[in-house]
Amino acid sequence: MVIELSKRFEPKIVGFLCKWCAYTGADLAGTSRIKYPPNVTPIRVNCSGRVDPTFVLKALSSGADGVLIAGCHPGDCHYTNGNVKAIRRFKLLQRMLNQFGVEKERVRLEWVSASEGERYARVVESMTEEIRSLGPLNWKAMVEA
Amino acid sequence: MAEKIGVYICHCGTNIASKVDCKAVAEYALSLPNVAVARDYQYTCSDPGQEMIKNDIRELGLTRVVVASCSPLMHEPTFRRAVGDAGLNPFLFQMANIREQCSWISESGELATARAKTIVGAAITRVNFNEALEVQKVPVNSNVLIVGGGITGIEAALQIADSGKKVYLVEKEPTIGGYMARFDKTFPTLDCAACILTPKMVSVGQHPNIELLSYSDVTEFSGYVGNFAARIRRRPRYVDEEKCNGCGLCEQKCPLSVPSEFDCGLGKRKAIYRPFPQAVPSIPVIDREHCLYFTKGICKVCVKFCPKGAIDFEQKEKFLDVQVGSVILATGFDLFDASRVKEYGYGKFANVITSLEFERLTHASGPTGGKILLKNGKNPETVAIVHCVGSRDQNYNEYCSRVCCMYSLKTAHLVHEKTDAKVYEFYIDMRAFGKGYEEFYKRLLREDVTFVRGRVAEITDVAQDPSEKGRLIVVAEDTLLGIVRRIPVDLVVLSMGLEPRRDATQVAHTFRIGRSKDGFFLEKHPKLAPVSTASDGMFIAGSCQGPKDIPDSVAQGAAAAANVLSLIDRKEVELEPTIALINEEACSGCRICVGLCPYNAITFDDNANRAVITNAFCKGCGVCVAACPSGAIEQQNFTNRQLIAEVEAICA
Repeated sequence: MVIELSKRFEPKIVGFLCKWCAYTGADLAGTSRIKYPPNVTPIRVNCSGRVDPTFVLKALSSGADGVLIAGCHPGDCHYTNGNVKAIRRFKLLQRMLNQFGVEKERVRLEWVSASEGERYARVVESMTEEIRSLGPLNWKAMVEA
Repeated sequence: MAEKIGVYICHCGTNIASKVDCKAVAEYALSLPNVAVARDYQYTCSDPGQEMIKNDIRELGLTRVVVASCSPLMHEPTFRRAVGDAGLNPFLFQMANIREQCSWISESGELATARAKTIVGAAITRVNFNEALEVQKVPVNSNVLIVGGGITGIEAALQIADSGKKVYLVEKEPTIGGYMARFDKTFPTLDCAACILTPKMVSVGQHPNIELLSYSDVTEFSGYVGNFAARIRRRPRYVDEEKCNGCGLCEQKCPLSVPSEFDCGLGKRKAIYRPFPQAVPSIPVIDREHCLYFTKGICKVCVKFCPKGAIDFEQKEKFLDVQVGSVILATGFDLFDASRVKEYGYGKFANVITSLEFERLTHASGPTGGKILLKNGKNPETVAIVHCVGSRDQNYNEYCSRVCCMYSLKTAHLVHEKTDAKVYEFYIDMRAFGKGYEEFYKRLLREDVTFVRGRVAEITDVAQDPSEKGRLIVVAEDTLLGIVRRIPVDLVVLSMGLEPRRDATQVAHTFRIGRSKDGFFLEKHPKLAPVSTASDGMFIAGSCQGPKDIPDSVAQGAAAAANVLSLIDRKEVELEPTIALINEEACSGCRICVGLCPYNAITFDDNANRAVITNAFCKGCGVCVAACPSGAIEQQNFTNRQLIAEVEAICA
């Protein structure tokens, strides 16, 4: 079992976390000593609305198997509605990725408040599992071929 | 010229080092391009730790610094300062979080070390592209906005106003005083609540530096530390505040009586009323829903009797715009709704009452003049006090409301003092944690209260034998005796838990502050910054942050005041320079950014055919940066290059 575990596919996921909600929520998961998989590496941004869709494409084309964008719940954005703008971009991005043949589970937009450490851990866990079952992305074969 | 980067991997005692192999991470860092020195150290935030970084900057000529330790929320300011002290621009520093988001969440040391390398690698790659930035300094407006006129807000207002600063104190109700004004005695000293509160209320009312805005609320709020703007809605009282002298004649003459909210509906008030005699301000309000003039167009008795001609049925809602430099939210709590616990029969049995109703019964100026009476006017012979109603209960609130044990003891004491009734207290655990609290508990033990350890399962009027007939039967498991007991009583007092105010969501939205899982307002740090919030210049105090007793509320009110005064005395504050800038050459004039900015910071210059950002309005969300199709907008310290560097490093 141990050998199997170490051999299993470990997806590489880039996480864009807004500093007001999701990043603080992720900090809370740590402070509460909640354990979750190490696959999502966080990048701190001020707002989920700062995430340029090209960052997501850049990540996927550079070897990431998935991208997580996490911000404040709708209505709770520190900058009034940056997260709503993130939703719009995300929808368009999803359509484009679909045309590329990238499974929609690979790129997620999630809401995590500063008090939802548990939720952040669960999001990371389920995303890691989903992408693990999809396997590596293999962007080159998919898009650049 | 290649950068010379210094990398410092912190052990944080064993917080990081117990999982992360810090030496291995430092060695890995040293293998990355441009890293001149990489060290691991036990406590990097300590004085010697900071000195180590400063020495390296001076002696090795470092041009960039990365510290991998706790969350940037914790020590980013510390290390920026240290870097700045050594003569390097503070923004040529990057922090990597390998504690909250690495060592503490990792199952194994192997995984933690691998993750730490990824996180540190990303920070090192990024720091190459960090730029020296100048912080903008802005003056701090010395006016202060305090929302909530309970004991917490009162304390904060007086502390600040006494120092000579202007305070706008906004209270939703017609009077300040909050819940404390409705209490009879306060535990554990049994001081009369009014005796210690009303002098403070009067001081607020008379203070030259406090502008008391009662019967008002904040409808709009914007700005940033040192420079906030608030719009305050002043609801019409239908009484001219300038003219009214508070004589109370209108109240006496008003022919219409309705249940008093202040007395929990147990007593009556008039349609023109002050909630209680010592209300501050002592100006009455007309209850539009009941007043005969507003409902039927008749009466006008108050107009006839008012010696000052202060009644004004035409009064309209008014708005007041104020500029302040800091804000204290002291909006308090709401009591748990007792009717939610169906098995306790509140609302069904007349003699099942809440602890607040008990306060009004036992209050000398309450509806019974301080007598503890049953609904039929008789004295109770047996009284049950039920702890933890709505608290420590997974069906309602999981948290302990902190104050109920002690005020339940006070309830028992007052019942003993005023009646001959036998008292039963049903408790889960007795929490007597404050100064003089355990002693108070001991005193009640001597006063012959019967304590039953166990949560009450049911309160019923279904008698099983003649002794129970016509009475309320409290059914509870006595966990010390291991038996279920049925105790017939005449009066049940439910010790209600404290909850976030029903409008806490709306208030949190207006002021853009976070809330914790239980719905109370979220502090910046539970131990080290209990009255600060994630937003600079905005503070929270008292029970809006979580249940608190009076001493703790007063202490927090004073603490928030000290924070505010410290901010004002700094005279100016530094703003994060993470604002967006437009590259004039690259802007194509498409105007996409103009409509996106939530702060109207972007305007369009028709002559030059390009967008222009007003720096002072920009809050640095970066929404426009992500949207610009020409890549003409950049966010300082979060440039595309910096963020892509992180992405590339993580994916490599």
